Amino acid sequence: MSWTDIAALEDIPVRGARIVKTHAGCIAVFRTDGDEVFATSDRCPHKGGPLSEGIVHGKSVTCPLHNWVFSLETGEAQGADEGQIATYPTRVENGRVLMDLSEINKVAA
Amino acid sequence: MTQKLVVIGAGMASGRALEHLFEAGADWDVTLFNAEPRGNYNRLMLSPVLSGEKTYQEIVTHDEAWYLQHGVDTHFGTRVTEIDRAAKIVRADDGSEVSYDKLVFATGSNPFIIPMPGHDLEGVIAYRDLEDTERMMNMPAESKVVVIGGGLLGLEAAAGMAARGIDVTVVHIMGHLMERQLDEPAGYLLRRALMDKGITVKCQANSKEILGEDGKVRALLLDDGTELPCDLLVMAVGIRPNTKLAAEAGLAVGRGIHVDDQMITSDPDVLALGECVEHNGAVFGLVAPLYDQAKVVAKTLMGEEAAFQPREISTKLKVTGCDLFSAGDFAEGTDREDIVFRDPARGVYKRVVIKDDKIIGAVMYGDTADGNWFYGMMKDGTDISDMRETLIFGPAYQGGASVDPMAAVAALPADAEICGCNGICKGQIVDAINAGAQDLAGIRATTKASASCGTCTGLVEQVLAVTLGDDFVMPASQSVCGCTDLSHEDVRRLIKSQELQSQQAVWQELGWKTVNGCHVCRPAINYYLLADWPVEYQDDPQSRFVNERNHANIQKDGTYSVVPRMWGGITTPDELRAIADAAEKYNAKTVKVTGGQRIDLLGIKKEDLPGIWYDLNQAGMVSGHAYSKGLRTVKTCVGSDHCRFGTQDSTGLGIKLEKALWGSWTPHKVKLGVSGCPRNCAEATCKDVGIICVDSGYEVSVAGAAGMDVKETELLAKVPTEEEALELTCAFVQIYRENAKYLDRAYKWVAKVGLDWVKEQVVDDLANRKALAERFELSQSIYRKDPWADLAEPHKAERFAPIADFTLEAAE
Repeated sequence: MSWTDIAALEDIPVRGARIVKTHAGCIAVFRTDGDEVFATSDRCPHKGGPLSEGIVHGKSVTCPLHNWVFSLETGEAQGADEGQIATYPTRVENGRVLMDLSEINKVAA
Repeated sequence: MTQKLVVIGAGMASGRALEHLFEAGADWDVTLFNAEPRGNYNRLMLSPVLSGEKTYQEIVTHDEAWYLQHGVDTHFGTRVTEIDRAAKIVRADDGSEVSYDKLVFATGSNPFIIPMPGHDLEGVIAYRDLEDTERMMNMPAESKVVVIGGGLLGLEAAAGMAARGIDVTVVHIMGHLMERQLDEPAGYLLRRALMDKGITVKCQANSKEILGEDGKVRALLLDDGTELPCDLLVMAVGIRPNTKLAAEAGLAVGRGIHVDDQMITSDPDVLALGECVEHNGAVFGLVAPLYDQAKVVAKTLMGEEAAFQPREISTKLKVTGCDLFSAGDFAEGTDREDIVFRDPARGVYKRVVIKDDKIIGAVMYGDTADGNWFYGMMKDGTDISDMRETLIFGPAYQGGASVDPMAAVAALPADAEICGCNGICKGQIVDAINAGAQDLAGIRATTKASASCGTCTGLVEQVLAVTLGDDFVMPASQSVCGCTDLSHEDVRRLIKSQELQSQQAVWQELGWKTVNGCHVCRPAINYYLLADWPVEYQDDPQSRFVNERNHANIQKDGTYSVVPRMWGGITTPDELRAIADAAEKYNAKTVKVTGGQRIDLLGIKKEDLPGIWYDLNQAGMVSGHAYSKGLRTVKTCVGSDHCRFGTQDSTGLGIKLEKALWGSWTPHKVKLGVSGCPRNCAEATCKDVGIICVDSGYEVSVAGAAGMDVKETELLAKVPTEEEALELTCAFVQIYRENAKYLDRAYKWVAKVGLDWVKEQVVDDLANRKALAERFELSQSIYRKDPWADLAEPHKAERFAPIADFTLEAAE
């Protein structure tokens, strides 16, 4: 894996998200209550809602447009809805958020 | 042949090492130097000394007699000044010179003093040794003390002094107490327990400066400008290994004195142990690893093989009578799963963190009896998949038990108010049941509880169920969501009567089943808390839907619409020019006049929001709140200013109403209309509040609808003056804010409680009307401000832009 420095952890609100723009589209970078960081596609597969604007609860996010709920860990839609969002490896080191962009760069190339 | 051992420092670690050495009968001639003028006492027990539960004599572990008995040559109150490692000689400030074969450093640690302005004032102390403890013990009752630091030591100091009647305030920089040992919910419970002891706790508080007078401490100044007066200031923010002497002697020193697994320093004849050492990058503050090190030091000195291995640490603590346990890694993490158990009745919180079917961490508060059971399984890596369902209940319950949905109500004390309208407490309802009332009707007839607005019905039924057991069949009521069995009405009532003022308080006291709620309950709880506790509770943007968080309406393509406020629907050529400029500059795709007499700019990009807000602010306009569950618009007609039929200044009243109500949060959106005559050009009679002006005054009607349902408003009252129309409207909005279920429009809520009840409260009872209007005004003193101006500030505006942009780099 090749890790790219994205931002400081504190730049992402707790129980919130920020987006990273890439050639393969926007990536939502979430921070949970427990200061854990997840990166997923920002697009809800239902109607394209921006997941980074959803309410983050536990390790899930709810799409702001029609309340689809996704696991931030697996990217799977929860409950009755069926769908999947891409997830990307992240880690936090010394208060910095790192992301592995290799998959994304492949898509973009 | 007898060898010579010199030990520097008589603390818990060196005391234990010497004990091991003597027990093994090792033949050493020992000299002990100690800078404190006494032998070794149990530092962990300073807190009971401070609170008066123990005396100093009771916490001594090794006194002078003990050392004498073992033939130790003691130099108490003596500082070692120099070590000549080549000659293997130690020199001390009493002039003594002692040679050694082996030397042991046990110099411990120093309290860290934050070098902020004023730290050197008289009356600023640490909490480390007996002198500090005595200083605190000698403070007269009623004096004021500030403790900086919400870790174990700081809280012990605070509790000890509070037990002596001292007025103590704890200032902690982090969001919750003891953040290294506890997660946020456990930190909440600890804070509550301390506050029950009369200690004031301030979290997320940054100390800026210590203020003095005549060289003596007077107050602590926080960076938000708060001044906390104090006669003594205790800094308990951590410790630093005491390495000065070792560094001067030329030993390898990092954060602490470097030692290997045998506790040997960079000099093979010099060992070190305790809080002064650094082993594999780690330093130590808890007693368990120190005792492990003491064993290794004794064995190394005796020439036996031994290696120090840091253990997985579990901490079982008693902070001021509160039982705490934490072990392993309890941060949330990828592939981890939480099991949470809360018992509001006993003030118990337990959380176990699981990864790959194994326990990797645990936090407990209030009941730590099962701590070692969890810790044992954590150390052994036990597969818990078979007992996952009942794991959290501990070893006694494997194979049974489930959570009681009525635990929260069962836990309420007898004086908990259930019915707010009639001031009926749980105890009175229980008494009525014991006197023969067997159902809701019986309770209503005998106590009046739930007989007025009826929103406490669910709670009364739960009290019936808890008291009568199986004799009472609970009617099914709709719970807020899967996180709780309580209904919205139950939760609202309990937030008021139990004075729950934070999300953590709600989760714990009402037994929430999830760590921090979900997208259904969190916005509701956030609203209830800010409506009931406007001063105490801080609005949480992360518990709001996107529109309210971003102060604009999200559209289906992810862009936003922006609606500036136009008071009462009145605008000016200058404002229209500014709106036109903004529409062009930020590429609004569509410009539309709304149904509420405002102008909507659609298709604005998220990152442009702070810019367009700033531009509109410059032209004197503020947020129109077209996105909020709050006051939207007051629609007006031109009224007596221009219209030949107008009876009153409807536009003027509309503007006054909008200026009074704007910025307020409500259970659902609130729209008003004011018409200047019964021809009703402002369509006021399908609004949440509609006012029709007539010659003799103002007809205030409420609970209209023109959405999924269409409903005409109902007359609340006719009042003769504009002032009364304003007060009545504010009182109505406030009683709706205080009582309605989140996402119930006013007409739905009025249908539930009945218009007659609303009239009793705000029309007939003038004192109550005034009190409601005053409570509304208190809330508005906080919320009547422009969120756009706030969020357009440069450091907040940047949050609207992407955190990183890799499209600017060339694709590889």
